[in-house]
Amino acid sequence: MGVWDKEQYVREGVPPFQDERRFTQVGKSVPKIDSPAKVRGEAIYTDDIVLPGMAYGRIKRCTEHAHAKIKKIDYSKALAHPGVLAVLIGDEAPKKWGMLPQTANETVLAVDKVRFNGEGVAAVAAVDEETAEIACDLIDVEYEPLPVLLDPFESMQRAGEIQIHEDAPGNILHEGEQVFGDVDKAFKECKYILEREFKTNMPQQGFLEPQAALANYDPQNGQLRLWSSSQIAHYLHRQISDVLEMPMNKIRVTVPTVGGGFGGKAEACVNEFVACLLSRKIGRPVKVTFDRSEVFYTNKGRHPCHMKMKIGLDADGYIQAVDFDNTLDKGAYAGWGIVVLFYSASMIHLPYKVPNARFRGRCVYTNKPSMGSMRGLGGVQPRFAMECMLDELAEMMGISPFELKMKNAVESGYTAVNNMYVPHTEYKRSLQKAVEKSGYLEKHGKLPFGKGIGLAGGYYITGTAYTLYMSYKPHTSVLLRVDTEGGVTLHCSAVDIGQGSNTVMAQMAAEALGVHFEDVHIQSHDTEVGTFDLGTFASRLTYATGIAIRDAAEKINGKLKEIAAGLLGCRADHLAIKDRKIYSIYEAERKSMEWEKVVEIAVNTTGSLAAMGHFSPPRRRGFDLTSGKRAQGANIGHSPTFGFSCQIFEVDVDLETGKIKVTRVTESGDMGTMINPMAADGQVEGSIVYNLGACLYEDQFFDKDGIHLNPNFQDYKMPTIMDMPEMDINTLTDSYDPTAPFGAKETGEGAVQPTFPAIVNAIYDAIGIRFTEVPITPEKVLKALKEKKKGK
Amino acid sequence: MKQLIALDINDQIYEVPVDPWDLLSDVIRKKVRLTGTKKGCEQGDCGACTVLINGQAVLSCLTLAIACQGKKITTIEGLAEQDGRLHPIQQSFVDYGAVQCGFCTSGMILSSKALLDSNPKPGREEIKRALSGNLCRCTGYKKIIEAVEVASETMSKEGVK
Ligand code: FES
Ligand code: FES
Repeated sequence: MGVWDKEQYVREGVPPFQDERRFTQVGKSVPKIDSPAKVRGEAIYTDDIVLPGMAYGRIKRCTEHAHAKIKKIDYSKALAHPGVLAVLIGDEAPKKWGMLPQTANETVLAVDKVRFNGEGVAAVAAVDEETAEIACDLIDVEYEPLPVLLDPFESMQRAGEIQIHEDAPGNILHEGEQVFGDVDKAFKECKYILEREFKTNMPQQGFLEPQAALANYDPQNGQLRLWSSSQIAHYLHRQISDVLEMPMNKIRVTVPTVGGGFGGKAEACVNEFVACLLSRKIGRPVKVTFDRSEVFYTNKGRHPCHMKMKIGLDADGYIQAVDFDNTLDKGAYAGWGIVVLFYSASMIHLPYKVPNARFRGRCVYTNKPSMGSMRGLGGVQPRFAMECMLDELAEMMGISPFELKMKNAVESGYTAVNNMYVPHTEYKRSLQKAVEKSGYLEKHGKLPFGKGIGLAGGYYITGTAYTLYMSYKPHTSVLLRVDTEGGVTLHCSAVDIGQGSNTVMAQMAAEALGVHFEDVHIQSHDTEVGTFDLGTFASRLTYATGIAIRDAAEKINGKLKEIAAGLLGCRADHLAIKDRKIYSIYEAERKSMEWEKVVEIAVNTTGSLAAMGHFSPPRRRGFDLTSGKRAQGANIGHSPTFGFSCQIFEVDVDLETGKIKVTRVTESGDMGTMINPMAADGQVEGSIVYNLGACLYEDQFFDKDGIHLNPNFQDYKMPTIMDMPEMDINTLTDSYDPTAPFGAKETGEGAVQPTFPAIVNAIYDAIGIRFTEVPITPEKVLKALKEKKKGK
Repeated sequence: MKQLIALDINDQIYEVPVDPWDLLSDVIRKKVRLTGTKKGCEQGDCGACTVLINGQAVLSCLTLAIACQGKKITTIEGLAEQDGRLHPIQQSFVDYGAVQCGFCTSGMILSSKALLDSNPKPGREEIKRALSGNLCRCTGYKKIIEAVEVASETMSKEGVK
């Protein structure tokens, strides 16, 4: 893979002007447009910025408790300390914030009580970082400790005695049920039924750049500027406006280069509010950069799930029913909670045909740092359960897991029982290709003890159907500007967090306009310079911006073609634009002009060209197709289209130490057209190693009082280069979704989905033990091996 | 008491006032204002702050600035040619997709440089060992290894240091 392969895109026998797939810019592995600056060390990240007169903010955290009443905060000594400019406490900004306005319940700094270890209780602004740190130490906070709830079941049970939020009786953020078809009746008719329980861990995103925010409030004109390392310029903009009680049009959010996010920066963050509030207080720029422990205290990682799943197959192996019960550990605040809850519900409907399905779930508060939206939100946990169970069911039936999955896999045009619609899928081919490339069928069940191979599939959304607050507006708008000075400029506030959206947007805009990708200037990352975009999450950017770009480009092309038609003496609808040329598709040799020339004439006659383009996803509703009844929360999970993938892992289990070494991964993905194959491969390789860590070792630990035990990279282990397996990425190069812009679907989050179950199935193949809890540490392996030996 | 020290960074002498406990990473970023050196953990666990001291890859967040007097420090800003042309390692990182968010990139490139200077034709395992202290959360490392391999080829072909 890597370089652009013309063969994959050009279809024999189709004349070029009729072939919407004959791309010149899309499908090319061009280097990312921002990488030269990054390798020179010149890319500017938020913490790199220093403004004249800038002060440093720091948050005073409650490191001694996980749940406690705040009796008194005395900051007089801090305020009197030379160099301290201001102190901020929770009462000064009591407005609650959260990703979902309906459940917003977090305050900037704790008001009255702290609900997790490390929560902020006060903040200071000082002339330098050292002074800010001293000032934090000078703040005296008196606490009255409260009982600490760390387990969601205990939290529900003891809710009568201890309530984490006053307005959440039962310590439950939300509880829901979805029923589609008749699950109980279907199970009665099943030949193979399996019921299992699974438990997942609490990994954190582990982006390398800690959160940083710099705010500059101008008291003269009442305008606020915020630079922040965020994935969601828009939602951040909205929440800053809300908490600071300032109109959005007085606030400008700019996102400098982002050092990774993986969902961890897809939520507003306390440092952003604190920087803004302090800056407004002192009329000077204020920067608040987290250290690594603060990243862990803030957390917003993946929700630990306690899952019960039951799957029933008929005598031929077709899935008839799935019953899924999920208890999510929410941590202290709501955040993305309800969305994650119902995403996990939606995940059982694909990538297999499930005619009857039931979900019961609850999101439960505990005194841990809040969970949030981590790469593959809501999907990773249920995928783990389902793919492992299908592996076991195949064994019960005496067939290969591959065969069972092929039998049940969805096809293009499938509508799930919850009304989720799949316009296009190559899932079956993904399964086939991965199996073929890895030699799965020859190896599975036949490797020596200690070595194993495991298969799992998965899918993910390509953007969502709804905004998080009630709104009908398009989810993405772009402005394309064409003139004789700047050439082509694309404006859109979308944020590139390293995945390469700026490059991909440039390639798509160039393709749509018929120019070269290096001709396109990207103005993104800014709510004022860029036009509206919802944000970098839900694997939505390629698809959403692609449609908006195409929409805008058509308008520009229309104008240029009209002018060129007059000059060339032909009809405008006979013209095509490609490779910086406008030409008649019938007489390309004779009737052709340089694109730049036509632009010049257009600009000289009517001025610079500009056009807006928009993207609004289809608003699909979730209801029971069999009964026609609405199901709560079932609008969540719909997407304009879906990406699919299959991963096959090979592992070596060290029987002495219990250590699991992943030796080889074969992947085959259906992401539609790869706009930039090299970047797409990078997403897949990154995803595999990312979730390999969460499967085998990553977890956050707390003592019985809820004190965070490993808020650092020393004790929170992430995969290093030594853990990297051999990876054979075989994305289907000819997948093309005709409903998608340039045929492209998602990749950034789909590829984390099959990783847990593929590893776990491989471990079973190696040592005959089915793990139902992650991470699968050497201790757990040794213990299980011992028990197995004892014949338990 | 602050003390004025001279640091040789990328062949330029910077005179900076430092406290004895000031870390090299902070001095480079805040006083010399070369922000290409990153801080991901400040505890020696991530490698983002890697710089070269007398050609060796060193974690600047664990190094006292005061101890670096009289030594040659190279940061990521000192790698490209005078005319701005990229060093072969930088170039291969760009061309082979070894850069995503870029936050680990400076450290990765400098660790690779230290390796290739002492071992121009490293094997895969040697590359891995040399980069084992540099975390990257984005790429899955595969393209980074490829980039180092390509750079090693180019450097020996062109005789670049
Ligand atoms: S910042 Fe120095 S090793 Fe992480
Ligand atoms: S590119 Fe993001 S951490 Fe390596």
